[in-house]
Amino acid sequence: MIAASLLCLLYLPGWTQAPALSVKGIVLTDKGVPVEGASVSISGSGRGAITDGKGIFNLRAPGDATLVITYVGYDTAHVRAQASVQVTLHPASTSLNDVIVIGYGTAKRKDLTGALAVVTEKDFQGGEITTPEQLIAGKVAGVSITSNGGSPGSGSVIRIRGVVSLSASNDPLIVVDGLPFSGDGIPGASNALSLVNPNDIVSFTVLKDAAATAIYGSRASNGVILITSKKGQAGPTRFSFSSQVSAGHLIKEENVMSAAQFREFVDSNSIGTYNGQPFSALLGNANTDWQRQIFQTAVSSDNNLNATGTIGSLPYRASFGYLNQEGIVKTDNLQRYSGSLSLSPHFFKDALKVELNLHGAVLQSQFANSGAAIGSALYFDPTQPVHAESGYGNFFEWQTGSGGNLTLNKLAPRNPVALLDLYNNHATVQRSFGNLTFDYSLPWVSGLHANLNLGYDVAHGNGIVQVPAFAAQNFLDSGQNNIYKGSMQDVVSEFYLSYIKTFPAIRSDINAVAGYGYYNNFTNNWNYPSIRANGDTIPGSLPLYATSPAENTLISWYGRLIYTFNGKYILSGSIRSDGSSRFSPANRWGTFPSVALTWKMQQEKFLQSVSWLSNLNLRLSYGITGNQDGIADYSYMPVYGLSANGSQYQFGDGNYNMATAAAYDANIKWEQTATWNGGLDYGFLNNRIYGGIDLYYKKTSNLLNTVPVPAGSNFSNTLLVNVGNMTNQGVEFAIGASPVRTRYWKWNVAFNIAYNANKITKLTSVNDTAYQGALQGNNVQINSVGYPADAFYVYHQEYDKANGKPIEGVYQDLNGDGIINSEDLYRYKTPFPPYILGFSTDVSCHRWTVSTVLRANIGNYMYNGLSAAATESNVFNPLGYLANTLKDVLATHFVYSNPQSDMYVQNASFLKMDNLGLSYNAGHVFRNDVNLRVNANCQNVFTITRYPGQDPELYGGVDNSFYPRPRTYTLGFNLQF
Amino acid sequence: MQRKLLFPRALSGLLLVLLASCTKNLNREPANTNTGNIQYSTVAGYKQVLAKVYGSYALISSQGTGASDINVTGISDVGETDFVRLLFNMEELTTDNAICAWDDPYLQPLHNLDLASNNVYIAAMYDRSFFQITVANDFIRNSTDAMIASRGFNAQQADTIRQFRAEARFLRAYQYYVLMDLFGNPAFVTENDPVGAYIPKQISSANLFSYIESELKSVDSSIVAPHQNEYGRADQAAEWALLARMYLNADVYLGTGNDHYTDAITYSSKVINAGYSLMPTFKNLFMSDNNLNNPEVILPIPYDATAAQNYGGTTFLICSAHGTDPTDDSTFGIPGGGWLGNRSTSPLPAVFADPADGRALFGPGASTISSVLDFTEGVEVYKFSNKTSTGVTPYSPNGVLCSTDYPLFRLAEQYLIYIEAVARGGSGGDAGTALNYFNLLRQRAYGNTNGNVGSYSLTDILNERDKELYWECFRRTDLIRYGMFTGSTYIWPWKGGAQGGTGVDAHLNLLPLPATELNANPSLVQNPGY
Repeated sequence: MIAASLLCLLYLPGWTQAPALSVKGIVLTDKGVPVEGASVSISGSGRGAITDGKGIFNLRAPGDATLVITYVGYDTAHVRAQASVQVTLHPASTSLNDVIVIGYGTAKRKDLTGALAVVTEKDFQGGEITTPEQLIAGKVAGVSITSNGGSPGSGSVIRIRGVVSLSASNDPLIVVDGLPFSGDGIPGASNALSLVNPNDIVSFTVLKDAAATAIYGSRASNGVILITSKKGQAGPTRFSFSSQVSAGHLIKEENVMSAAQFREFVDSNSIGTYNGQPFSALLGNANTDWQRQIFQTAVSSDNNLNATGTIGSLPYRASFGYLNQEGIVKTDNLQRYSGSLSLSPHFFKDALKVELNLHGAVLQSQFANSGAAIGSALYFDPTQPVHAESGYGNFFEWQTGSGGNLTLNKLAPRNPVALLDLYNNHATVQRSFGNLTFDYSLPWVSGLHANLNLGYDVAHGNGIVQVPAFAAQNFLDSGQNNIYKGSMQDVVSEFYLSYIKTFPAIRSDINAVAGYGYYNNFTNNWNYPSIRANGDTIPGSLPLYATSPAENTLISWYGRLIYTFNGKYILSGSIRSDGSSRFSPANRWGTFPSVALTWKMQQEKFLQSVSWLSNLNLRLSYGITGNQDGIADYSYMPVYGLSANGSQYQFGDGNYNMATAAAYDANIKWEQTATWNGGLDYGFLNNRIYGGIDLYYKKTSNLLNTVPVPAGSNFSNTLLVNVGNMTNQGVEFAIGASPVRTRYWKWNVAFNIAYNANKITKLTSVNDTAYQGALQGNNVQINSVGYPADAFYVYHQEYDKANGKPIEGVYQDLNGDGIINSEDLYRYKTPFPPYILGFSTDVSCHRWTVSTVLRANIGNYMYNGLSAAATESNVFNPLGYLANTLKDVLATHFVYSNPQSDMYVQNASFLKMDNLGLSYNAGHVFRNDVNLRVNANCQNVFTITRYPGQDPELYGGVDNSFYPRPRTYTLGFNLQF
Repeated sequence: MQRKLLFPRALSGLLLVLLASCTKNLNREPANTNTGNIQYSTVAGYKQVLAKVYGSYALISSQGTGASDINVTGISDVGETDFVRLLFNMEELTTDNAICAWDDPYLQPLHNLDLASNNVYIAAMYDRSFFQITVANDFIRNSTDAMIASRGFNAQQADTIRQFRAEARFLRAYQYYVLMDLFGNPAFVTENDPVGAYIPKQISSANLFSYIESELKSVDSSIVAPHQNEYGRADQAAEWALLARMYLNADVYLGTGNDHYTDAITYSSKVINAGYSLMPTFKNLFMSDNNLNNPEVILPIPYDATAAQNYGGTTFLICSAHGTDPTDDSTFGIPGGGWLGNRSTSPLPAVFADPADGRALFGPGASTISSVLDFTEGVEVYKFSNKTSTGVTPYSPNGVLCSTDYPLFRLAEQYLIYIEAVARGGSGGDAGTALNYFNLLRQRAYGNTNGNVGSYSLTDILNERDKELYWECFRRTDLIRYGMFTGSTYIWPWKGGAQGGTGVDAHLNLLPLPATELNANPSLVQNPGY
């Protein structure tokens, strides 16, 4: 049926032309600087021109034609074709008429009623950016983007205004060109977003308060990020080719003992014996820096070619990208081939606007065994050599036994280099997503549009892990040859009517939307047995089912009305009703309303005379959103599943797969967050200074918490139920300015700071003062009422008053009962920063631009797990091996680990320079046909912190071994022709 | 104009299709699972659930060795949530029979008898027992006569399901026995209580004793006669054996003066006369072919290195008892094993005064333990082995997982119950028979009559139990019955946390109810002294 509709659309009505005339024009910025490379197109035709170095263009156009002038970073201008025209472009960043994508429609920036932020291409972070969210790190107040590490293509944790959930997802909803991403991972890709080429993105809109997000209903509590991809620009075909090469290296090794220090330490501190021998007998003769052995300088390249223009009357953009990125851990590599196509034809004299967006990528990854190798590189004895004659591929490994009867000491750490070299995990992932949208201006009611959005997102990943039988890392299983494979298929269809109309008689503007949406998400995982290196199946590992499919569906009705009176008072309301297959019919449907009020104060007479004030909007909003991501698909249903083939019970001579009832909560439903927001947007001095301030209070209820349930009352001793409450409150402040804007010099600065305070207010169904809270699996963090989420839960360390050194295992008796026990644990700090700051600036002089981005977190704490493990008992292992550790042990001389001491909870506030870039716009080269821009960039330039570990910025606040983020130098160029 | 209108018409047609097909899509059904009505629609389906009722004490989960049926915060190695492994930690590690070299949080306090309600192993034990009770309750709820009738089974099928039900009730009674023995006054929940938002009430030790007794007697008519059931499933003899075990301890559970020694004699006699005999060679009871030609075991927990994988059970008993010496490990059938964990304190090997006693299955190790965390201090216990009685190492995918079955009930214990109940004044038995049983055990131990005795004291019986049943999860219960577990009448190395041992308070005869359970279930009252 879609095809039929499309076919009949291809009959285009003919159009008549006024006599053509020759147009000569000049395009200038608002400061009178000629704009070169601006695109000038004749509306409705496919033709156009590009301005030259003096901003001048020539073309022939019908006398009644409208010329459309576009240039990146500036507002689009429209002028009527005349023999001579002069066009002034206004910078987009401060343009209040900017059209902003707000979800199911657009709005002008000056008319916004919700708290949202837009980041466009010109403000993106530069350098080697593999995954899109990194483009806006540090750019938006209240949005923290923490990369998961330095591995190629690794994802990031995105948090908007803190965390609102303890057990479900805290990830914002990501919507690309109107297509919501499911958030599912794909086997073979460390991060699903790494299959989206950042070079195809033109802007991000971050929706923060409920007025902005509630239209996304049950998926909106964590905020929404709308990503807009680049579209075709009318005009003759133009090409752009960019290429960059980068080199990344490890900034700082973990501070472990050197071989010489380790030797001395073992000789002088040996505690106990192993098999009756002194530990010094285990020392080797080598001097190996294991961290140096596993890290490398990572060389990467990223190449992108795109073409945009008009074919016939069809504006298009096509792009192709190839990325080849090495990791700084040896053997780690990622290659991405990506392509995108965007077509935006208009029909029936622009009554029907169609947009087709297609994106595709193939990811080929070679995953290093980085987790194991990085950990082992810290702990492996530095006096042992990398290679030694052995049955383990001639790598040195710890053995046990005596004389000629030696076997692998299977409890010892493994040789870090062997962990990398003898491990081959490679995967291929294909992903394609896209949508087809129709926006039809209904002929019988002016201002009424019908919109249809049909989208898909499919991915398929498969890979294999190969380890030879002789490798120590899989010695007991005789190596491995394990396959993994998975897929996902998401379908989206949305239909909505929108009505935008001005009623001058009653001084009213109406912008209304009402629609329906259907979202289906299907994932499948293939199950494989464990295979040894020689191809034998490990008995007991045969899967019971070949595949494990799962599916969930969301159906929605939604509406929004934005009513503007007198151009000054804007009242908006939205409502969304979502039905989710994740919940029982009784709890299936939820309604999520919002209401907001905006007062455009500078429109008032008493402020119009204030010449330095260019914009002042007061915004107030309230709304309710939901969160259902991260809740398992069928968790409300009582079902029986058969046990795996390695988990059978023997009856007689046969083994029986056990039918197992799963624990379930029939009443499980979405978490719900009510958000109050008050904001003020301001602009001074003709918007040379602009920004906003927002205050918010969010209350999450029906918070999911895994609580102990009375024994015997369900098929588990713990159950995930909607019992809790949590609040977040905070302030966000953003300011931007263009202090200098002359013909040759330009200087822009932007700064944002956000404060957020999180507090859990309820965790159990009955208020139970004896309930300490939900202790996290790592035993050092707890969620408890009256405290922030993930607070550290530790003992107060006692120190020797004479020398200030901590006394091993001695803690303060906080409750004064004379006994040191778990009653003396206290909640001390959290990993979440109360203050997040971002600062960007760029200075241009003629063709040169220098830019930088700095970020800071203040008040966040880290549990230093590596320091906690720096004990003598970890060095001298009675199982017959030695292990290195942090030099901290030289100071503390702790014998045993005291993991619950507060001395390991350390201030991890930091200031980082994320990015320092220099670019040179060479302008026209090669007979003026080609525009060249060259840039150089350094990422992860410096970090200022008191935290002693490698990196103070780890999401979650627990520092064990971590894939370090490299410092990366990038050189690149961009050609436009 | 005609063309213009076509598009909206096409669009509305498309929409109608979309809308009509959608709302029912909110009823998504999971793949690879069954609803209760489908699962319980066949006898085979019932048997699969019955497998889980049994599997709850044989395995840690239905998803292999990496997941657990129960979640105890603080236990990261899910293998530690296995039933036998936890029971060993409660019954043996708290006594002179065992001490462990691992420094895992909350593990050392078990031997030190520094027992607190936040101890994760105590919580795991409680939760594991209740998990099996919950699964049994679900089975019993779905196999009432009314349920069987409503599902249209024929008479023979209905009988089979009723046999299954009797076994589920037996297993539930067994777990309530474990809870009564360890915790005294646990929560109480049966098939008549709902699943979900339900707060079970606490039950007193005395009432629980009556409940277990009546349940076991009630299933007697529907459970299969001795030797008539499949391997791995309970029969009448198992039910009698449990009654006998409970009756021997009755005055611990009911208070002094409420003994049931006569009942202990009655029920141990029923087992003894049901056609069991001692395995001729003692050590073969604990080897990996103990599922074959075993005349002594009444009910085993079966393990298999491929089909029933578990890092608890006998894998734990064997691997944790060995070091990493490759020769030693392969001698006991665990070429990939040896966890350097459990060994014995000095009193256990010392109780074998006569080296001719073949039950003394010990390895090397210093008898003095100055460093608990040094595995080489303390005597290694080689009772369980993954070798077969003919010296073959059975297949194991990694040389760690074992296939030896665990004897949950065996004849020798019933002899010892009879002997002790007679000695403590129960009626219905006679001293001559008791002496004969005593010497039967010793003849097997010695391989001849050299160890036979003419008389014995109550202490001799305790020592005989120690020699026969060490590491089979009886020691704590036995010491409590003899009044030797707490107080200072009997001390052993590291009792109470002191190297030489020190007396501890009597409240430790009961474990504390777990703090997590007290939080979740406000109807519970903590045991005295905690």
